[in-house]
Amino acid sequence: MVKLLKNLLKSPMFVIGVSIFLITLAIAFLGPVFYDVDTNARDIVAGPYAPSSAEHILGTDHLGRDYMSLLISGLRSSLYVGFVAGIIATTLGVFIGLFGGFRGGWVDEVLNMGTNLFIVIPSFVILVLISSAVKDGRSLTLIGLIIGLTTWSWSARAVRAQASSLRSRDHIALARINGASSFTIVIKHVLPYLLSYVFMVFIMQISSGILSEASISMIGLGPLDSTSLGIILNQAKDNGALSDGIWIAFLPATLIITLTVFALYLVNTSMEGVFNPRLRK
Amino acid sequence: MSENIFEVENLSLHYLGRFGDKTHAVTDVSFNMKQGEILGIAGESGCGKSTLVSGLMGMCIPPLYPTSGDVRVRGESLMNRTVEDIRSNVLAQKVSMIPQGAFNALNPVRKIKDIAADVIAAHQKPGSSMKASEIYERLRSRFDLFGMDTDRVLNSFPIQLTAGERQRSVIGISTLLNPQMVIADEPTSALDVSTQKEVIKMIFDLLDKGIFSTMIFITHELPLLYHVADNIAIMYAGEIVEKGTAEQVVKDPRHPYTKALMGAMLSSEKSQRTRKPVAIEGAPPSLAKKIVGCRFAERCSFARPECKKNTQNIRMVGDREVRCEYAQ
Amino acid sequence: MLSNKSIVFSAKNISKTFGAGKKITTAVNNVSFDIYDGEIISIVGGSGCGKSVLAKIMLGLYGPSKGKFHYNGKKITNLKKHWNDVQSVFQDPFSCFNQFFTIRSQLEDAFNILKKKPSKEEIKRRVDEGLLAVNVTPSDIEGKYSFELSGGQMQRMLLARIFALRPKVLIADEPTSMVDACVRANILDYLMKLKEELQMTIVFITHDIGLANYVSDRIFIMHDGMIVNSGTPEEVLDNTRETHTLKLLDDIPEVHKKEWIKNSHRSKNKEAS
Ligand SMILES: Nc1ncnc2c1ncn2[C@@H]1O[C@H](COP(=O)(O)OP(=O)(O)OP(=O)(O)O)[C@@H](O)[C@H]1O
Ligand SMILES: Nc1ncnc2c1ncn2[C@@H]1O[C@H](COP(=O)(O)OP(=O)(O)OP(=O)(O)O)[C@@H](O)[C@H]1O
Ligand SMILES: [Mg+2]
Ligand SMILES: [Mg+2]
Repeated sequence: MVKLLKNLLKSPMFVIGVSIFLITLAIAFLGPVFYDVDTNARDIVAGPYAPSSAEHILGTDHLGRDYMSLLISGLRSSLYVGFVAGIIATTLGVFIGLFGGFRGGWVDEVLNMGTNLFIVIPSFVILVLISSAVKDGRSLTLIGLIIGLTTWSWSARAVRAQASSLRSRDHIALARINGASSFTIVIKHVLPYLLSYVFMVFIMQISSGILSEASISMIGLGPLDSTSLGIILNQAKDNGALSDGIWIAFLPATLIITLTVFALYLVNTSMEGVFNPRLRK
Repeated sequence: MSENIFEVENLSLHYLGRFGDKTHAVTDVSFNMKQGEILGIAGESGCGKSTLVSGLMGMCIPPLYPTSGDVRVRGESLMNRTVEDIRSNVLAQKVSMIPQGAFNALNPVRKIKDIAADVIAAHQKPGSSMKASEIYERLRSRFDLFGMDTDRVLNSFPIQLTAGERQRSVIGISTLLNPQMVIADEPTSALDVSTQKEVIKMIFDLLDKGIFSTMIFITHELPLLYHVADNIAIMYAGEIVEKGTAEQVVKDPRHPYTKALMGAMLSSEKSQRTRKPVAIEGAPPSLAKKIVGCRFAERCSFARPECKKNTQNIRMVGDREVRCEYAQ
Repeated sequence: MLSNKSIVFSAKNISKTFGAGKKITTAVNNVSFDIYDGEIISIVGGSGCGKSVLAKIMLGLYGPSKGKFHYNGKKITNLKKHWNDVQSVFQDPFSCFNQFFTIRSQLEDAFNILKKKPSKEEIKRRVDEGLLAVNVTPSDIEGKYSFELSGGQMQRMLLARIFALRPKVLIADEPTSMVDACVRANILDYLMKLKEELQMTIVFITHDIGLANYVSDRIFIMHDGMIVNSGTPEEVLDNTRETHTLKLLDDIPEVHKKEWIKNSHRSKNKEAS
């Protein structure tokens, strides 16, 4: 474990990725300590599109709200949605993948069919349909939940492949003739081998959660109870910031989303590089 | 007299435990090998043969560390070099290693030809990399030499091949860059006798065709070593206890442990069949503690009281080396 | 001679296939045999001939695709009950242990299968005894994990597990392929002692024909999923004309063999020169 961490820290990709991600986390959660953030995004502090000033670093938006404050609370919401979606998708995916991969036989086939179905059905379409169906009470948590429930299939597939390759190892057979129950076998003899993998899947799911939320909010189906980065973009779009060339209204938000997702991507790929050499021989 | 191609001088290796404890798996091993020699190493299970192989390659990957001593290939030392250095400058090009159980651990989702390309690419100097197609061509002509069904084997996944085909592929791949020396760790222990014979035939073929010239062959099966090796070294608890020609060690063992090994042999030959193998009780000393006196004394049927106190050194008995002061 | 003993395993035309359609492999092909109580059987054959699959059928880990397989006259239905009697040493010791738990805890876990689980002290004592029987000092593996042992040591741990557990039936898949002759002799001594004591029935799967001859009452020679020859060691090793058996015998590297590998200048014991 310590050795793995050491190897990870040797990978520049990992260090850069983790650093960027930690910075975004710091902005989101330590930001309000240093900057006056209005989490409800209601306070109108100046005229529309006020230029940047000492008080309002990035100026204001079309309504005259502090733009920096919007960004920080937007980032918090986006990360929150990412985590909610990530946890739900990972738990669901790991559970389904583990169970199918470990049991094999018809259980596996049924679960695998379900997984593949979810992979081919574009989850974004489902997301749009569900979101537009729930008109009232479309909260941040609900959006995270819906994203999680529609994107688990990738983790299920990844975990299933790993679990079924473990299934043929003799230590599983030995556990069985020791009288261990299926539950014990999965928890004691399969899951520990997959932990690093589960972690990777989790990171991937967070980043896809953040992206999904941004996309759905962009087209106006985002949460109604808070400001996320996607909603900032949506409002910028609706108010013609793009055509008017008011770059400050959309560029920072886009940049932050890209950076966060990119950081998670770096972490994920570098971990794959460190965890997989044992496949080499 | 030809010069030594491989020299091992007082090599000792240890594993560093999680709590800072040391397991001295290999102690004071020395031997030289000449061009064309096959040296067999046999010994008690757990006596440090596989560890010695890592040491001989200079591949001391933590928790394994060199304690002291030196290993030289044609005068070039392999000790105290980084694993990356060994991997890209020594492995597969000067010395090749066939690890214990490697043919059962091949990546199941890659075809033999892709595994070959991976292995070769990993062990090459940065400047001189071969293309995958080039590697494939070489592999083809190499496999053709041994009468293998080349196209089928190269385009198969490991599980589609028999154990013998897998092991021969591993040997084919690891000798692709014409190393001078090959170190094989129990390459045939998991195989049935017919497959084992096929693999040995292939190794003899490679030697005869000059693909490589010198070999260390590790197994616990002395009758096999007798047929394969020129010289045999017997290990016990991290030390070499006897080294001589195959004829000497198998037919006329002098060290009490070698004698015990021969006495425990089972044979299917009619004349030998009724002989009961003689077991020796007890276990070798723990390698994690300091050992006083002869390491085999506790279990030796010839032991004298002073054996438990006197550390034994290698001495010459006739023209062979034995680590026992009472050996005749 | 054996007919008055009860039958432990009985196989009637059993086959086991994997996959379906074009990619079908027949691992065991229409095999029939009876194994009697207290017998030692060795199964010998080339790699891939179906020995391990047959072992897993006896263990109940696989069901036969065709045919009838009975243990004590009944189909194997209750696996936990089956494993209370029938235990096994698997072939590949490198993949038999979980690297996240100590060896000792995994050896002690084996006692969970027993209907009457002994006390903690009793388990510890029996595990220690099993370890000594495979030439391992118990304190040497205290707190150790599988990756800290050599191949042969791991294999011996699997045997120690059996010696501690003392099952009625043992199915051992190449149990001594990685240990030296002294350890092997010791293991066999202990096994014979246990067998006498418990009337154990043992199925040895091995490529070591010397060992098969030494321990077994009967030897089965397998080839391509079928049992092609069977009988007492004398019948199978001395008086046979079955080609697969002859080939196996011819390929054993006996010290006294003349030119084990023909036409190589490296061969020993040549007639001339
Ligand atoms: N789970 C499985 N799925 C598909 N095919 C299998 C499976 N297990 C075994 N086989 C196939 O069945 C055949 C017999 O395999 P088995 O492992 O019984 O051979 P073996 O006689 O034990 O050989 P070895 O001496 O190499 O251990 C082989 O062709 C193998 O590929
Ligand atoms: N990672 C490790 N940490 C601590 N001790 C180890 C480690 N790996 C091996 N050992 C110990 O070092 C000794 C030598 O092991 P090695 O694998 O070299 O034996 P071997 O001679 O190859 O045995 P075998 O014939 O069974 O393969 C053994 O006693 C083993 O317990
Ligand atoms: Mg070894
Ligand atoms: Mg097998």
